Amino acid sequence: MNAPAFADDMQLLNGNHAVAWGVRLAGPDVAPLYPITPQTPILEKLIEFQSSGAFQAELLTPESEHSAMAAAIAASATGARVFTATSSQGLLLMHELLHFASGARTPIVMFNVNRTPASPWGFWPDQIDSLSQRDTGWVQLYSENPQDSLDSVIQAFRIAEATNLPVMINHDAFYVSHSVEPVSLPSPEAVTDFLPRQARDIQLGDGSGRSLGAPIDQASWNRTRRDLDEAMKTVEQFAIDASQVWEKQTGRASAPLEFYRYHDAEIVFVTMGSMCGTAREAIDRLRTSGIKAGLLKVRLFRPLPNEALRDALRGAQHAIVLDRNYSPGTGGVLHQELRSVLFGTQDPPRLHGYLAGVGGLSVPEERLEALATEVRDTVPAANSLWLE
Amino acid sequence: MEKIEYTDEGQFFSGHVACAGCVEALSMRVILNTLGKDTVGVVAPSCSAVILGGHPMSAAKIPVLHGTLESAAASASGVKRALKAQGRDDTTVLCLAGDGGTYDIGLQALSSAAERNEDILYVCFDNEGYMNTGGQKSSSTPRNAATGSTPFGKTTRKKNLIEILAAHRIPYIATVSPSHLNDMAAKIAKAQTIEGTKVVIVLIPCLPGWGVADNDAVATARLGVESGVFPLFEIEDGVRYTMTKSDKSDAINGYLKKQKRYRHLTEADRADLQAEVDETWSRLLAQAETTV
Repeated sequence: MNAPAFADDMQLLNGNHAVAWGVRLAGPDVAPLYPITPQTPILEKLIEFQSSGAFQAELLTPESEHSAMAAAIAASATGARVFTATSSQGLLLMHELLHFASGARTPIVMFNVNRTPASPWGFWPDQIDSLSQRDTGWVQLYSENPQDSLDSVIQAFRIAEATNLPVMINHDAFYVSHSVEPVSLPSPEAVTDFLPRQARDIQLGDGSGRSLGAPIDQASWNRTRRDLDEAMKTVEQFAIDASQVWEKQTGRASAPLEFYRYHDAEIVFVTMGSMCGTAREAIDRLRTSGIKAGLLKVRLFRPLPNEALRDALRGAQHAIVLDRNYSPGTGGVLHQELRSVLFGTQDPPRLHGYLAGVGGLSVPEERLEALATEVRDTVPAANSLWLE
Repeated sequence: MEKIEYTDEGQFFSGHVACAGCVEALSMRVILNTLGKDTVGVVAPSCSAVILGGHPMSAAKIPVLHGTLESAAASASGVKRALKAQGRDDTTVLCLAGDGGTYDIGLQALSSAAERNEDILYVCFDNEGYMNTGGQKSSSTPRNAATGSTPFGKTTRKKNLIEILAAHRIPYIATVSPSHLNDMAAKIAKAQTIEGTKVVIVLIPCLPGWGVADNDAVATARLGVESGVFPLFEIEDGVRYTMTKSDKSDAINGYLKKQKRYRHLTEADRADLQAEVDETWSRLLAQAETTV
């Protein structure tokens, strides 16, 4: 893909600093932050912004990610716009509170830098940290590059506040978090227009005296999950609306699903995060050789856009799912999800699941190019295969 | 007999679900009424959470966040910062937690809030064990006390949380007892005027957990204070100790005899406990005198 021309509104930013710029522009009231490699540049940049007076949030630096999320939930329930960021072990430490945040309907925005979980220790790009949180009730977005990360942060606040659901945006360790690219910065006015301060449901301290989270009976608990389900069902449309409005303001769309050379594609790559960039390069090579290849980028993973995925995959002959994650006993998480999506549809594409780049291994575009040829004469395995 | 002087502002309702005779409910009534209506609460899973009752009812007039067990102080920090960001810095943020949520699983978050000197009032209802789950030991359980998980008596000392907190040099720490309600109200009122992290530990003799008669919790708490098992005092800025009562009766036997959790004690066990109380008391008096 051609690098964008360097315009006046651009800065050279790595992925994490692009996130910090997005947060600065969105203007949260409270930001509890705990450092962890490779998230730390987000924290450092925000503190630098605050020190210079450009960013006015109440910053808390508690002793753990668990307390950071506890403070985030409480602050959000009290009516504040809240941001936090983490990675890997930190996200996993928060697990209990991730359920709590969605149950309490707190529209927190969190950025997670995808990193291998221990043991053994590693600091490499791998998405199993966030994918293993898929049942916690958080909206999940996956970003491909620094610009995508900045745009996603701003859009995430809009989606969160429209649905009273917490939103987690993810980008890959180092491949995105520490890679420097030209990033277009929207004007503060454009962001204020996009993210107006609207009256929203404040669960704590709204003057009514009502409490939040007190024990309830079975039927009432059940109803909270039905309400959550209804809210989840609205996310995709809010994400589409956010993308369309953002596109009008900035010229950049970032829809729940994105496509590259897809219209007539017979062999499609389906993946998330930085792997999309590699797939784009491979697709260009394949197209040069006359092979009709395309990319389906899954940006919104929770809630998964089931119908849109079915529509998108109708007509493709082969779908190659590239999972930079490994769920032991299952295989690739996206592969599993897409099998569920396609089950029962007429003439689905042959779905080939590959565990590609697990643990941060580099996946060269040449390997993907070869893979597209290999799968044409292959009956897909039931399980995900390790990409050799 | 001392007349109870606090004013009931209607901040704690009847119909709560405490055990009959529970002095934690009594203490909550005094604390909530002393703090008044411009207060937001954070309650850790504990007897307090149960006492307040199930949704949509609440025995507290103030809004309460029912948070997770290990994060009461972190949650309270979040509430306070959010209120500050929205121009409501005058509102008091109150934590109510048990000793399990304070001495054990919540200590990390409390230590961090104290280190940041967050402007919160943290009240620990100390019934010396996990009484809400049926009476298991916590690190607040004293030596020799029998619990569900220490059926022959705990072999180690009660954790000295107060000294740990004092080492954080937070502006205010106090101990209070439901046997001395005016003192409780006065210390809570004082804490409310101080900016920063305030921690108040309330002795709560637990009727079923300690094996105390339903009508005997106040008397048990009083014996705890008078025998020096649970001294009443304040620590300001972690260094200035003030004894609320600077004398104690000689024996802890009367206190121990009120409680079934100590009925297996031998004379030697009782002597050991007495020696422990005497030693702690002397150290405390020495600290208070040094301060003066």
